[in-house]
Amino acid sequence: MGSSSSSLNNVPDGQQLMQETGFSAAHLLRLYERFKFLDKDNRGHLRSEDFEAVPELSENPIGDRIVGAFFLPGQETVDFSSFVRVLAHFRPTEKNRTRAGAQPDPANSRNRKLKFAFRLYDQDRDGKISRIELLQVLREMLGMQVTEEQLQSIADRAIQEADLDKDDAISFDEFRKSLEKVNIDHKMSIRFLE
Amino acid sequence: MELFFNPFDNLLCILLGISFTVWFTLLLVFIIVPAIFGVSFGIRRLYMKTLLKIFEWATLRLERGAKEKNHHLYKPYSNAIIAREPTTSLEEEIKEIRRSGSNKDLDSASEFEMSDIFYFARRGVESIMDDEVTKRFSAEELESWNLLTRSNYNFHYISLRLTVLWGLGLLIRYGILLPLRVTLAFTGVGLLVFLTSLIGLLPNGRMKSFLSEKVHLMCYRICVRALTAIITYHDSENKPKNGGICVANHTSPIDVIILASDGCYAMVGQIHGGLMGVIQRSMVKACPHVWFERSEVKDRHLVAKRLSDHVQDKTKLPILIFPEGTCINNTSVMMFKKGSFDIGATVYPVAIKYDPRFGDAFWNSSKFGMVNYLLRMMSSWAIVCSVWYLPPMSREEGEDAVQFANRVKAAIARKGGLVDLLWDGGLKREKVKDTFKEEQQKLYSKMLVGTQEDRSRS
Repeated sequence: MGSSSSSLNNVPDGQQLMQETGFSAAHLLRLYERFKFLDKDNRGHLRSEDFEAVPELSENPIGDRIVGAFFLPGQETVDFSSFVRVLAHFRPTEKNRTRAGAQPDPANSRNRKLKFAFRLYDQDRDGKISRIELLQVLREMLGMQVTEEQLQSIADRAIQEADLDKDDAISFDEFRKSLEKVNIDHKMSIRFLE
Repeated sequence: MELFFNPFDNLLCILLGISFTVWFTLLLVFIIVPAIFGVSFGIRRLYMKTLLKIFEWATLRLERGAKEKNHHLYKPYSNAIIAREPTTSLEEEIKEIRRSGSNKDLDSASEFEMSDIFYFARRGVESIMDDEVTKRFSAEELESWNLLTRSNYNFHYISLRLTVLWGLGLLIRYGILLPLRVTLAFTGVGLLVFLTSLIGLLPNGRMKSFLSEKVHLMCYRICVRALTAIITYHDSENKPKNGGICVANHTSPIDVIILASDGCYAMVGQIHGGLMGVIQRSMVKACPHVWFERSEVKDRHLVAKRLSDHVQDKTKLPILIFPEGTCINNTSVMMFKKGSFDIGATVYPVAIKYDPRFGDAFWNSSKFGMVNYLLRMMSSWAIVCSVWYLPPMSREEGEDAVQFANRVKAAIARKGGLVDLLWDGGLKREKVKDTFKEEQQKLYSKMLVGTQEDRSRS
């Protein structure tokens, strides 16, 4: 990339983020514009209200969980670096991961993408999707359109299918196994424009 | 006490007096008189063409300079960062996710799967990076640089000549154009308040409405010149007639001046305080505008009743309404509030499209106050816009107000080259109603549960 341009210097930790996330300079600049746009009061960080101001996101049944994924535990703000690090999960997986300086398990790898999705279920971060956690997600995705019994039976079936060690919860390994044949890269990737 | 005149002071007074006289004579001859008669010398068009040439040159120069110095030429919000496929529905996408990973037989494809969350996660993150709605409430994206700092790229480091040109532009805009325009605006508004109050004293009748029309037109034309607005009206044969409702897309408060300088309308709105209030109160004396007190606006029935009373009286002017209810950045049209389509009057749609190259007309009311906004407008190069009068439309049989509103909106969007959006412009201030989320949940549950019921029956 020839144009390690002067404008990338305006992006906080620009060079380092480029290395770490694999975003190009142009992408980082765009994302920084977007970040500043969402940051209406120019605080230099985003709060959950800033995310909620995006109407399409508040329309998303699990919007709150997605916003939550941007925040580290116990923190109430997101700076630009963490913002980009989360978004990096949605870069398409690179075919040949031999790029010099690349991390062993970059955010856009299959494993990390799965982990991201797993965390959307596993809100208490104990490494397991419990029955209760699954029911909560289902309730959010389905709203009041289904009865409690229907919800229970959907959850039952999902756990039965994935739960190999019969502890009535889905661990990350079980989660990964059950999605073995799913094209994660295709489904958890966003097409970035050049 | 002794009066002592310094000869120098005296000279200064005379010079000032002369320059003021010249200034006002020029104003009178070149702007106010043509405004009264509604003719134009074509100065503004010439000015516009010259500006376009200069912008073209500046952009070329900017791009060349950037290439030479290997700069990354970066335009703010230039275009979208990600490719979104808006056409695929929730159902299709989730089915596709499952197809790619179906480790079970196909007929169980309508049950919940853990991978369904990918769809929602991806959609959510996409909307964080780029969304259809919020960007309509911010400044529009530009192709070429118009020598305004507000739309700047990093032009400073590129070329000395450009910087000089920008400085010169700054001097012209703030040194010459701004004072000229402020004078004109005060003249226009002052005349409007004064003359309409005067006409208000006349008894109702043909004389009064004739004079009122002339005064309104004249004053709006002066205001148009105060913004150096260059307006092209298309299809004037469709101009709104009495007893109708004129609906237009809304970008800025200037819309009113632009439409009203080509024809008289009865305005609808809330009574404001301050200067706006004074103007509104004097206008209503000359001609029946429909102003509501703050307390009355909440009462939908009262509003609808007063509007339909007005429409039924064929001697009264057509009503002008902006059914979006808020300013959008002139790239799209958002949801029309159905109220004005419920009355049953003929609707005269009007599409207004501004040319953003000369200055962005969009009023971002959450960012700038009214005065600040007007100053920005008056220090821009010009306001260039096109107005299309569309053929009148009326409600068809079996069509409800919402459907009719959407039909009118689609027609305006098509004519003005704007994106037709279903979103409510009220989202600028308020949060999404939960019903939209429910809509998604309904779609999704139909996939899961709809078929489960079938199974339990079999």
